Amino acid sequence: MTPLHLCLLISSGLFCIGLTGALARSNTILVLLGIELMLNAANLNFIAFWRFGPAPSPANGMIFVLFAIAVAAAEAAVGLALIIAVYRHQKNIRLQEANTLRG
Amino acid sequence: MTFTANHLWLIPTLPLLAAGLGALAPSKDRRLAAGSAIVAMAISFVLACLALQSALQAPATHAVANFAWFDLGASPMRLGFLLDPLTAFMCVMVTFVGLLIFIFSLGYMQADANFKQFFCFLSLFAAAMLGVLVANSLLLLFICWELVGLASYLLIGFWFHKPSAAAAAKKAFITTRIGDLGLLLGLLWLYDATGSLLFYDGGQGVLENTALAALAGQTLGGGLALSTAIGLLIFCGAIGKSGQFPLHVWLPDAMEGPTPVSALIHAATMVAAGVFLVARVYPLMQIDAALAAVPVHALTVVAFIGAITALLGAFIACGQNDIKRVLAFSTVSQLGYMMLALGVGSWTAAIFHLLTHAFFKALLFLGAGSVIHAAHHEQDIRLLGGLRPKMKITFATFAIGMMALSGVPFLFSGFWSKEAILHAAHAWDVSHLPLYAGLAAVVLTAFYMTRLVAETFLGQPRSAAAEHAHENSAVMTIPLILLALGAIGLGFLGTPAWPWLQARLSGTELHSSLHHLMEGSGLMLLSIGLVGVGLGLGWWLYGRRLRTTAEARDPLVVTAPQVMAALANRLGFDELYAATVGRLNHFTATLAQGIDRWVLGGLVNFLAQLGVFSGTVNRQLDEDGLNGGFDQISASVRGSGQRYAQAQTGEAHGYLRVMAVAFIVLALVLVLGGAR
Repeated sequence: MTPLHLCLLISSGLFCIGLTGALARSNTILVLLGIELMLNAANLNFIAFWRFGPAPSPANGMIFVLFAIAVAAAEAAVGLALIIAVYRHQKNIRLQEANTLRG
Repeated sequence: MTFTANHLWLIPTLPLLAAGLGALAPSKDRRLAAGSAIVAMAISFVLACLALQSALQAPATHAVANFAWFDLGASPMRLGFLLDPLTAFMCVMVTFVGLLIFIFSLGYMQADANFKQFFCFLSLFAAAMLGVLVANSLLLLFICWELVGLASYLLIGFWFHKPSAAAAAKKAFITTRIGDLGLLLGLLWLYDATGSLLFYDGGQGVLENTALAALAGQTLGGGLALSTAIGLLIFCGAIGKSGQFPLHVWLPDAMEGPTPVSALIHAATMVAAGVFLVARVYPLMQIDAALAAVPVHALTVVAFIGAITALLGAFIACGQNDIKRVLAFSTVSQLGYMMLALGVGSWTAAIFHLLTHAFFKALLFLGAGSVIHAAHHEQDIRLLGGLRPKMKITFATFAIGMMALSGVPFLFSGFWSKEAILHAAHAWDVSHLPLYAGLAAVVLTAFYMTRLVAETFLGQPRSAAAEHAHENSAVMTIPLILLALGAIGLGFLGTPAWPWLQARLSGTELHSSLHHLMEGSGLMLLSIGLVGVGLGLGWWLYGRRLRTTAEARDPLVVTAPQVMAALANRLGFDELYAATVGRLNHFTATLAQGIDRWVLGGLVNFLAQLGVFSGTVNRQLDEDGLNGGFDQISASVRGSGQRYAQAQTGEAHGYLRVMAVAFIVLALVLVLGGAR
C-alpha cells in the first residue's frame, strides 16, 4: 500500500464518520461538527494528492487547504451564529424541529 | 542513556496522550482517566528531572533539536525543542506542582459528576504548558500558548451551569486574546524581519547575535528600535497571560473554576507562561539597552508595568472578602514583582521568584481548597473562622505558605526570592520608583495575609458550615505537606550567600561567600522591618480583637468606608472597561445592525415594494384581461407544484440524506463506469 492509498483510506474513514455524525445526530452543533469532519477529509485529500501525486508543484495543495481552512473558520462562525438564532427562536437546537420552511 | 534535547518532546507528549485517553474513556471509568493523568505526569516529572540533570552539566549552552514542520516553496517552516537550565527548571517545577495538584484533585473533585472530563482537561492544560516550556520556536510556543488559553477556558468554565463561571471563562479567554493579538503581530513582524522563528539555531536563530544586531540596528519612526517594538508586542502577550495591569481583570474572575484549577492556573502554569516568555526572549528585550538614542527601552516598560501591577494587586487584595479572591489578587501582585525583576535586568531573580511562588501559592490555593471542601463550599472569610483546632494540618501548612508569601525572614523561600528582586530593583540605575512600589507592596502583602489567616482560622466559627468543618483525607493533606516543605526549602537554593540557582540559570560561575549576605544588609533590614510593620498592623487590626459575628464590620471599613468600598469593587476596573471598551463594542454592533436593518434592509424592502407594485399592476391587467384561458394551465402548474413541494420537507436531515445517497450513486457511476 502506498502512502497515497493510506491517506485516502484515512480520509474516506474520516468522511464516513463525519457523514454518519451529520446524519444521525439531532443536535445542530454536532451536525456542524460532522460537516467539519467531512470538510477536513476533503482537505486531507488535497494534501495527499498534492504530496504524493504525479507532479508535486511547490505549494498548490497547501494553498488550497489554507483557503479551505479559512473558509471553514468563517463558515463555523456563520453556522454557530445561525444556531444561536435558531435557539432564540425555538428554545432548543434540535434540527428536526427547525422545519418551518417546509413546502 | 543520556537525556538530550531530542528526547524533550516526550515531556509534553505524555500528558497529551493521557488527555486523549481520558477523552476516549467511558464517563463512568474514573480510575482510568485520573490514573493515566497522574501516571503520565509522574513519568514527565522523572523525565524533567533527567532533563535538569543533563542541562546542569552544561548550563551555559542551549541544546536544540530542530526539525522541518512543512515546506512551503523554498523555505521550510522549522520548529524545535530547546534544552537549557531555564526550560529544565521550569519543567521540573510544573510537573512536580502539577502532579501534587492532580493528586489533590482526586479528593477535591471526588463527588463531581464530570470527574473524568476534569482530569482530561487538566492533562491537556499541563501538556500545553510543558509545550510552551520546551519550544525552541516562537511559533511552536505560540501554538502551545493558545492551547493553554483553550484549556484554561475549559477549566475556568468547568462548572458551566453556573452563569458566573461561564462568564468568567469567556472573560479570561477574551481578555488574554487581546494580549495574544500583540504576540501574534510581534511573531509575524519578527518573521518578516529575520526570516526565522527559531530561538537558537547554531547562530541563525532570532535570539542569537546576528539577528539581534540586525534588529537593534533598524530604527522605526520616532527613533524606536525595531527590537523594542517587537519586544513590546511580545510583551503584550505576557501582559494578558500573566494578568498584568491593564489586563489583570480576568485573573480574579478565574476563581470561578474549581480550586485545584485556580492552583494550577495561578501557581504553576498559565500565569507563569507570561513571565517565562519574557525570560525566554530576554536577549531580544535587552538588546536595546545598549542604545542610548532610543526614546524608550523595552525593559523600562516591563519594569513600570510590573511595579504598577505589584502595588495595585496588593492594594485591592486588602479589600476582598473571598478567600480565593484575596489569593488571586496576591498572585496579580506577585506576578508584578516578577515582571519588575525582569524589567530591572535580573531575569534570574524573576525565575527564582516564579519557582518559589509556584510552590507557596499552590500551597495556599490548595489550602484554601481544603478549607472550602471542608466548609461545604463556603468561601467568604467573614463566615469562616475557628478552623485552627479542627484542621490542624491545613492550618499549619497554610501558615507556612502565608509566611513564605509575606516574606518572613530567613526560613521561608519567599523572603529570599523577594530580597533578590528588591536588590535588583535597588541596583537599577534608571529609576527607583519600582523599588518603592515593591517595598510598599511588601507591607501590604504581610498585612492582607495576616488578615486572611486571622479571619479564616482564628476566633469563633461564624456559620454552620465552619462549625462542622473537619480535616480532609490524606490524599488532600499530603500534597499540602510536600508543598509546604518546598515553600521552606526552595529558598536556600538562591540566597545571596550561595546563589546556586541564579548561577545555574545564567550559566555563570558560582560565587559563594557569606560576605555577599552582608553587602545588601541595609536593604534587607529595611524589608524585614517592613514585613514586621505589615504583620504587626494586620495583628493589631484583626488579630487583637477577633471577629465574633459575620455581620461585624471590618475595622478598616469603619475607619475608611469609601476606600474599602472602592477596593472591594476592585477600583472599578471592570466598570471602566464596560463603560469604554464594552460600550464601544456595543456601539459598533448597534451601528452594524442599524446599517444592516435600515440601509441594506431598506434597499431590499424598496425593491420588494417595487416588485409588489408591478405585481399589482400586472394583476389588474391579468384579472381584467387575460384571466380566462390561463386558469386551467395554472391549475395544472399548481398541482405539480404541490407534488414537488412535498419533497421540500424543511428537514435539513432529509436533504442531507438525499445528498449523501446522490453522492454515493455518483461515485458508483464514476467507478463502475470506468472513469478515472
